[in-house]
Amino acid sequence: MRLRQRFYLVEVLIGLGITAAHFFANLGRHTARHVFGSKTARGAVTFQYPEERRPYSPRLRSLHRLVRREDGSPRCVACMMCETVCPAHCIYIVAAEHPNPEIEKVPERFDIDLGKCVFCGYCVEACPEDAIRMDTGILEFSSYSRRGMIYTKETLLGLEPAEPDGTPRSPIPIPADRTPNL
Amino acid sequence: MSATLTDLGIALGRVGFVMLFVLNMGGLLTWVERKQSAVMQDRIGANRASIFGLRLFGLFHPLADAIKMLTKEDFVPARADRALFNLAPLVSVVFALVAFAAIPFGDVLRIGGREIPLQAVTLNAGILYVFAMLSLGVYGVMMAGWASANNYALLGGQRAAALMITAEVAIGASIMGVAMVYGSLDMMTIVRGQGAALLPQYLGNWIPKWGILTQPLAFILFLTAGIAATKRIPFDFPEGESEIIGYFVEYSGMKFGMFMMADFVETVVIAGMTTALFLGGWQVPYLAADGFHFPWGADLPLSHLTVVTLQVFVFWLKVAVMCWFLMLVRWTLPRFRYDQAMRLGWLGLFPLSILNIVATGLVLLWRAP
Repeated sequence: MRLRQRFYLVEVLIGLGITAAHFFANLGRHTARHVFGSKTARGAVTFQYPEERRPYSPRLRSLHRLVRREDGSPRCVACMMCETVCPAHCIYIVAAEHPNPEIEKVPERFDIDLGKCVFCGYCVEACPEDAIRMDTGILEFSSYSRRGMIYTKETLLGLEPAEPDGTPRSPIPIPADRTPNL
Repeated sequence: MSATLTDLGIALGRVGFVMLFVLNMGGLLTWVERKQSAVMQDRIGANRASIFGLRLFGLFHPLADAIKMLTKEDFVPARADRALFNLAPLVSVVFALVAFAAIPFGDVLRIGGREIPLQAVTLNAGILYVFAMLSLGVYGVMMAGWASANNYALLGGQRAAALMITAEVAIGASIMGVAMVYGSLDMMTIVRGQGAALLPQYLGNWIPKWGILTQPLAFILFLTAGIAATKRIPFDFPEGESEIIGYFVEYSGMKFGMFMMADFVETVVIAGMTTALFLGGWQVPYLAADGFHFPWGADLPLSHLTVVTLQVFVFWLKVAVMCWFLMLVRWTLPRFRYDQAMRLGWLGLFPLSILNIVATGLVLLWRAP
């Protein structure tokens, strides 16, 4: 250490200067925001999370959804590609015959166990029909039981893609074991 | 009879006023600590406690803390010494609270033919009293360390004792210079002395004779040792929360809260002492008992009550600014290691403060008529 650093006091004053500069600059921005109503001044990098979400990247892999055809039936043809490729074995599909002879099959059941899912996105990559996507922007899924983490075909079909800035369009699906506003 | 009652009322009023301020400042400091650290670190800070949806920038968090601490389980370890274990937080907080009594918060108030010194207790050795109360506070900490029947708590208590001795010696020695310059141990006299002009033959009436200008080295030494005496970062190794947790490791609920409270009140006391000894106490620059007398010749006469109100306000303002500064230090510096703090205290602060006494003595001798 140099003599100035060994003396300590000068370095302390420099450090105090840095933190005090942050304090007064941020205090000024907070004042501009809360007292003078400035929209652009931000005194903190904090996002007040439940009320305020930070913009997510469009590439973010969030909760899955099943894409619908124009008639509302799933686009999925139950080819089992995603179930096969899934490294966590969290997808469970039961195939059934589709009434339309043009379409090969339809999933009778399509369950994703989010307790197992590792959000690798391989299912989206593997799908030949572009029937499963991970663009809902929903990150809040929790449950009091393992059973509650299993999302079924009906839930996944009901989800909408997120806004361009990542804001979810659909409400967060609430598992059966979790009452709202608890 | 009624005169005695009035006297009693005035005495109680003085004590009550100081108590009210110190306790409220201490409580408010928990909020200041959260918010100031947040603003310094580009964060927002605790703001979720609300009453009927009213958040007021997190001002209800101290209240929420109190409710939480009062409703928590009050746990006493099986092998602990019950009496001492319960007494320790009380000792800690009481001595911290009474320490402020000798610090004057205003000049003499003249009302109805009475002269009321604005000071909770008038003492002619006020410095020594504050000093004694501050050092007695460490007994609570040591008591907690010994009575908890926990080795970590014991370590914390011993560290607190070692730190307190280090800090006390430096505080005492650095104050000596101030006492020499103003020729008294009475804090009221010292504050009055700081109202005079500094080097009037050269500088005229421009600069007041504040302690920070007459004793700059003592100011730095006192502040450093004072921060050490509050046991807060960068001298918080009695706690050492990442290694030994410290003397209050076995405490829970409001007893723990009292230790925290003692730390905050000690911060207020150190801020008050620094203000009274080095920042001119209740002195407002150019304000005399009958109004402002500016050095460029202008005069602004004020009534006695206005002057006193202004002085009291300025004193608490200075204390608040000092509290802010102590918080700034606390949230800027990392913790000293135990041996580093010991070396700083015994090989840095102590010899320097002795040097300061010698230098002050020489200057006083040289300038004596």
